[in-house]
Amino acid sequence: MSTPVLRTEDITRIYRTGAVEVQALRGVTMELSEGEMVVLLGASGSGKSTLLNILGALDLPTSGRVFFRDTELTRATDRELTRFRREHVGFVFQFYNLMPALTARENVGLVTEISEDPMRPEEALERVGLGHRLDHFPAELSGGEQQRVAIARAIAKRPELLLCDEPTGALDSATGISVLEALCEVNRDLGTATALITHNAGIQAIAHRVIHIADGQIAREEINATRLDPKDITW
Amino acid sequence: MVSALDRKALRDLLRLWAQVLAIGGVLACGVMVLVLGSGTRASLEASRAAYYERQRFAEIFADATRVPETLLPEIAAIPGVARLSPSIRTSAVIDLPGVSEPVSADVRSLPVSGRDPVLNAPLLRAGRMPDPLHPDEVALYAPFAEARGLMPGDRLSAVIEGQRRSLTVTGHVLSPEYIYTIGPGSMMPDDARFGVLWIGQDAAAAATDMNGAFNSLALQLARDAVAPAVISALDRLLAPYGGTGAHDRSDQISHAFLQSELEQLGAMALILPPIFLTVSAFLVNMVLSRLIALERAQIGLLKAVGYTTGAIATHYLKLAAGIALIGTVVGWGAGWYLGAAMTRMYADFFRLPWLIYAPSAWPFVLSALLALLTTLSGAGRAVWASVRLPPAVAMSPPAPPVYRRGLIDGLGAWAHLQQTTMMILRAITRWPGRAAVTVFGVAASVSVLIASFFTYDAIDLMVDEIFTRANRQNVTLILASARNESALDDARALPGVIRAEGAFVLPVRLRNANREELSSLTAHPEHSELSRLIDDKGRQVQLPDHGLVLPEGLAGKLGLAPGDMVTVEALAPPRETWAVPLTATIRQTLGQDAHIAAPALFGLMRQTPQVNQINLQVDATQMDALNAAVKSTPAIAGIADWTRTRSQFTATIEENLSISTVIYSALGMLITLGVVYNAARIRLSERVHELASLRVLGFSRGEVAWVLVGELMLLTLIGLPVGWAGGYGFAALVVQGFSTDVVALPLVVNRQTFAYASLIVLATALAAALVVRRRLDRIDIVQALKARD
Ligand SMILES: Nc1ncnc2c1ncn2[C@@H]1O[C@H](COP(=O)(O)OP(=O)(O)O)[C@@H](O)[C@H]1O
Ligand SMILES: [Mg+2]
Repeated sequence: MSTPVLRTEDITRIYRTGAVEVQALRGVTMELSEGEMVVLLGASGSGKSTLLNILGALDLPTSGRVFFRDTELTRATDRELTRFRREHVGFVFQFYNLMPALTARENVGLVTEISEDPMRPEEALERVGLGHRLDHFPAELSGGEQQRVAIARAIAKRPELLLCDEPTGALDSATGISVLEALCEVNRDLGTATALITHNAGIQAIAHRVIHIADGQIAREEINATRLDPKDITW
Repeated sequence: MVSALDRKALRDLLRLWAQVLAIGGVLACGVMVLVLGSGTRASLEASRAAYYERQRFAEIFADATRVPETLLPEIAAIPGVARLSPSIRTSAVIDLPGVSEPVSADVRSLPVSGRDPVLNAPLLRAGRMPDPLHPDEVALYAPFAEARGLMPGDRLSAVIEGQRRSLTVTGHVLSPEYIYTIGPGSMMPDDARFGVLWIGQDAAAAATDMNGAFNSLALQLARDAVAPAVISALDRLLAPYGGTGAHDRSDQISHAFLQSELEQLGAMALILPPIFLTVSAFLVNMVLSRLIALERAQIGLLKAVGYTTGAIATHYLKLAAGIALIGTVVGWGAGWYLGAAMTRMYADFFRLPWLIYAPSAWPFVLSALLALLTTLSGAGRAVWASVRLPPAVAMSPPAPPVYRRGLIDGLGAWAHLQQTTMMILRAITRWPGRAAVTVFGVAASVSVLIASFFTYDAIDLMVDEIFTRANRQNVTLILASARNESALDDARALPGVIRAEGAFVLPVRLRNANREELSSLTAHPEHSELSRLIDDKGRQVQLPDHGLVLPEGLAGKLGLAPGDMVTVEALAPPRETWAVPLTATIRQTLGQDAHIAAPALFGLMRQTPQVNQINLQVDATQMDALNAAVKSTPAIAGIADWTRTRSQFTATIEENLSISTVIYSALGMLITLGVVYNAARIRLSERVHELASLRVLGFSRGEVAWVLVGELMLLTLIGLPVGWAGGYGFAALVVQGFSTDVVALPLVVNRQTFAYASLIVLATALAAALVVRRRLDRIDIVQALKARD
């Protein structure tokens, strides 16, 4: 649990909308190691999503550098970034972002079709406990089920990195916990390095390591001596 | 296996079926018109080509008074002449038992050998060809035989060159020279009143006193021949023998009519499709922009999971291609089906022995490519703008539209407009591009309808001009040869004649420098009350005392302006050449004849006035008696019945027009339907929050619907005047495309036409908007408020 998969060096991100400038990140240096489960905790607007987007190469920092193993993502071309996302990263978002026109199986297939050594979509869905919902469209699934489809979609390509932006943000506690359980299982069984954003402080207990973000910076970091199982956390 | 993304594309097409069909329908119209017009044209051309080839239709035609056969070697020696076929040609009046009206016919000779003529061979449809040894045998033009029920074995009596002969019908034939057949002085084919007789050469020679001579010649050219050179050489050889001017196929009546019809079909295939394609491109753009805006987050996700920009763009372009595919298939189907029907209709009208429905492949390929290009170019901008977004931006919802204060607000405050009306105005000014598409679409609809309906106005005017103002005679007698004016007195003595006026018609060649045209020069008597010269404004043109009056088109072709001198070569006795000033040009709807005052012409001829046609005003109840008298008068070679021509003319035109009007009205309505329906659906999807909020605030369904329907109807109203202007311009294009040497369609658009087109479009737009309103009424307010875009 020591080799860093992903590493940032003093990254900043400034958004410009018209004349207004918002500094969302003010120098963040961090790393994510193999098999690690990290929770990024912070208030709304503190810059968590901005950081996660940069980690997943959905966005580029205004300054600073990002490395995936030995590759510097901040120097990569658009094409290389796309390949990086395609081969190594799985995303889970707060609002699931499923394609409404595709069934659960097809939503996962969307990713397995363009991956090199993916799981079968059925296998990925079984892993998140949705083996019986293969041919349902998103509109026919509950919120928790939709999020689990999103997780299945994220892990089906066997990514090295799993980036989750408030995956339980839109869910009630029982459903939220089932989603966290699915994520922990994946992290444990596949050894996928996982970064999970939340503003729900209770969730930090499931992490190996917790990074507190405030005002675009890392406020502090702590390592959990003992991790809790998702079903034991206080929501 | 179909990829997940392709499945999404398919499901999107199915989900958006109504919008897809609305666009596909408009696109299909463009495809259909292209396939239909060019397919029908190609089929008719192929049928004609095969017919010409098989029956060896000539390329050069010449008539003369009497040419000795000894001249043939000299003609054959003209460089470029490959084959030649002399024959005898005259006319006949046919006397059918129990038929009072006059029936006339062309008489054509068949070679002595009993073999088919070298050129212009008739095609036997029933029975057999006449035996050259039996001078009493005749083959009849099949449509005439059918119209009169004359079967092989039947006998008929004909007056040829003043001699009554009894003939036995041996067979029915068609001929490449008579695909479109009109009798002398007539305007429409009339199979019951005009026929063609083929008799043996000896019989023809005996009747016309042409032993060892001929009066009609057909030539086929060698591959490298220069037609104008051959024509000049031929004219020089035939001049001493009364040659009336050799000409190529473009002056052969049957060929010229068919050709101009084919060109009209070609024009139709060119004028209309661009409109439909343009509208479709805008519609695709409108619908895909909206779809992509709705799917921003999905695009972001696709990028997040590693789809390339190209793959995502391809996905949306596939949607556009799917619309193109639907439009193409529907358009092909409709085009193929209507093309076959239309070809059959033409085949009824033109006497082709067979029909090769052979639409060539290129209109299909071209229309498919155009459809694809159209939708792709429509999609291009929308797709490009959105797939360019960085993935993180695409994932976040778009910023709410920025409305600005502007003129509209001042207007609203000043006019105390309701807030819902203000919403309409703001939406229009906020998305001027989309409003413009709707206005453009409505205008295109109105234009197509006007361009279709105005033909009725034009034809009405034409009919009025031709039959009420210009030709007030109900009968024209065609004399066998020119007579002096005493013939008028004889005509006045005929039964039922109220008024008789003479005319003198002379075949001429008009020349200006190196340009020349064959025409026919009509000498009008002074104070003519019956046959008058009318310009396109319906005014009577007073012929100047001297000089020539030419139709604008003909003057243009010759490069002449009033004041210029024209060389006029008479191709019939007195066969002189005069230099005459062009005194005026007129716009004429029908015909390309030159006009001159009778005293002026006879002054040039240094002869006493003559007539070879007599126009009559006749008591309608006495027509039978008149016909009977005409039949027994050998000096009268033919008779044209204007009353009958008029009813035939209107009937034929109305029949042809009603079909095309139905088609074009449907096409025009489809554009409005496609545009307004799509605009309404998009607006509804964009504003569903706003509209649901209005309902929450206590606005009634009707008031909320007004925001949606009102905007569309306002845009439709704005589109109408644009469409009027467009329709007028479009009508001008149609006039240009459809005017031929034979007919110049006048450009008139009546007020009713503007009104009808506008009403139809308004009603269609309202229907389309109301269909969408029903969706609005069914929307669950709470759901709509909750749903994220
Ligand atoms: N696309 C953007 N344009 C402008 N400002 C943005 C954009 N995305 C985020 N921000 C701003 O950057 C700051 C950090 O946002 P974000 O990373 O989304 O925070 P968090 O995810 O912690 O809630 C916020 O002030 C937010 O308003
Ligand atoms: Mg966030």
